[in-house]
Amino acid sequence: MADVVLKGFGWRHAGRRAWAVRGVDLHIRSGERVLLLGPSGAGKSTLLAALAGLLPADSGESEGTVEVRGRPGILFQDPQTQLVMARSGDDVAFGLENTGVPAAEIWPRVSDALDRVGFPYPINRPTHALSGGEQQRLALAGVLALRPGLVLLDEPTANLDPAGAALVHEALSSSLTPDTTVIVVEHRVFPAVDRVVVLSPGGGVEVDGAPEVVFAGHGPRLAEAGIWVPGYPLPRHQAVSPPAAALVRTSAAAVGMRLPPTDLSVRAGEVVAVTGPNGAGKSTLALLLGGLLAPTSGRVSAFDDPRPPHKWRAASLVRRIGSVFQSPEHQFVTSRVYDELALGPRRLGLPLDVVTTLLERLRLTALAEANPYTLSGGEARRLSVATALATAPRLLVLDEPTFGQDRRTWIELVALLAGLRDEGHGIVAVTHDDAFVSSLADRVHDLTPVEPLPRRRPSFGASS
Amino acid sequence: MNLAPVACAGAPLARRNPVAKLGAALLFSLPLIATLDPLTPALALVIELAVLPLFGVRYRVLARRAWPLALGAAGILVTMTLFAADREGTVLFWNVTTGVAAAALGLVLRVFAVALPGIIVFATTDPTDLADALVQNVRAPARFAIGALAAFRLVPLLTAEWQTLTLARRARGIDAGHNPWARLRLFASTAFALLVGALRRGGRLATAMDARGFDSGAVRTYARRQHFGPADAALVAAAALASAAILAVAVVTGFFHPVLG
Repeated sequence: MADVVLKGFGWRHAGRRAWAVRGVDLHIRSGERVLLLGPSGAGKSTLLAALAGLLPADSGESEGTVEVRGRPGILFQDPQTQLVMARSGDDVAFGLENTGVPAAEIWPRVSDALDRVGFPYPINRPTHALSGGEQQRLALAGVLALRPGLVLLDEPTANLDPAGAALVHEALSSSLTPDTTVIVVEHRVFPAVDRVVVLSPGGGVEVDGAPEVVFAGHGPRLAEAGIWVPGYPLPRHQAVSPPAAALVRTSAAAVGMRLPPTDLSVRAGEVVAVTGPNGAGKSTLALLLGGLLAPTSGRVSAFDDPRPPHKWRAASLVRRIGSVFQSPEHQFVTSRVYDELALGPRRLGLPLDVVTTLLERLRLTALAEANPYTLSGGEARRLSVATALATAPRLLVLDEPTFGQDRRTWIELVALLAGLRDEGHGIVAVTHDDAFVSSLADRVHDLTPVEPLPRRRPSFGASS
Repeated sequence: MNLAPVACAGAPLARRNPVAKLGAALLFSLPLIATLDPLTPALALVIELAVLPLFGVRYRVLARRAWPLALGAAGILVTMTLFAADREGTVLFWNVTTGVAAAALGLVLRVFAVALPGIIVFATTDPTDLADALVQNVRAPARFAIGALAAFRLVPLLTAEWQTLTLARRARGIDAGHNPWARLRLFASTAFALLVGALRRGGRLATAMDARGFDSGAVRTYARRQHFGPADAALVAAAALASAAILAVAVVTGFFHPVLG
């Protein structure tokens, strides 16, 4: 039961010259389910923060008015940094304690909220023992326990694998009462929304209407702007020539409890997708192939070197194998995009003209002086791939390269990888992304553990 | 990294109010610092080890928790016996005299006697219960107690983060090899990246807590009650009495050797 009225709303973070969001006029009636779209940098998250009351007056400058009737609640991307308490029930109770709900009402409301999101465990379940999807469900229960009239969802499934995202979608559809107003920010189209609002990067609302109408009328432009509009095909990149010799090969290589014995070889000129559920050892396999981890049994050999890759010095490793981690920030070590790209060549004493070439190829030239930590998700991903390419390795190992990317970055990245393959690079990508597999992969290595055969029970005295 | 309590929760003293346990530990061990003789900490250790079963902590579990302490104590022992300037008394062996041996023994016993109560408290107390009791029984600000609790929950993540950062640096072509200076620099830069990451994460957690009404000025209620009853008061009083008794014995027997004066 909340109305939201924005009149000419704008916000500029302290110390920034550009407005994060500006000129937004919007009226959202009670019970509406709104999908808020817009390219990166259009100010979607800032708008949600404003509606949640999370923009303190001293942290920037505002214009226009924001009016929210009813209590807002917000669910963020990262479950790790939303859970406060060690036990699941205590975490849901946290918000109720903060808002002074009488003690006698707290636990009934906690169990009610946990039931609504379909939380399957007892309330004393440790929060760290939950999967990402389950943690996000729990965080949703914590939001719903406060009985918000307005529920704000800031890319609630962006950090989750498809199974985790399905858990959250299920929990949302079962838990929201019809009179709850919902505003979702997502790159992907979200189930059960009845209105789509597209923010323009230049300020203001670009399109506003029912999903079918918006997508029918503006689909191509939205897809162009990076939104995952349903029904728009993605390019396919087939290999132009058969793969050449193997670059890396594992023979029954295993890592303790993390990866069962695995045989895999990756050849020059092919893209191998490594798939499988969470916990199957995909990322561990990527570290093994990248020469970053030693196998506990079995062996890894690469580039006809008698020594296994994990024993190579880092300098020779990066000339042969480039690893790109799931989170680009982990790999940034300098404070300037240019230096980040020049780091590898400088350490190896190679010429620096490759930096300019890579900046242009990955559309980062305008950002050469920027701090890598200030880049958007898509830009940071492009930079992390570029840094791996700067030392010209023949083999690229990528962990979830398309995770959380908008459609535009996705298409660019897949095209880039296809180009590298056709130049003769070997590429291994750990991925949950079915579209990535069907668009680019020449081969799939599935790590899904084989289910043990059902055991037959001897039946005593059963005659029928 | 394991920071969870290890005791069986049903033990009579483990069930006491966390603040009472913390207070008892402080009241018991702090007065011991006032004297340098070996008798006082020895008596304290005897009492501490005697009450251990009442806290539901097994001796073996304690030994496993306390091994870093033993390592530190061994270090003290070696340093003291080899380098102590004051070498009075008769020579026991080599150039170790009775005076040196007594001083070293006293110091090692003190380390154990002072640290053990703290170890017992944290081995028998759930951090959530401690934060609750601090807020409810001694009126500690929730902003501090619950905030620290939330931050504490992020600590185990740092281990995994450190590993990732180390591997990511190797993947960028950075390693130190056998050069100790390069190793130090690599360690410092990884630590800095860890710190930056922890601050960003802490900031996000703080925003999420704000969004759920934390520290918004409203009067908080308590979902979990912590009671401070007569038994808890008795534990605190007993700890203070035991400490006083030990000091009295040390004074009477003439071992008492004040730190000051």
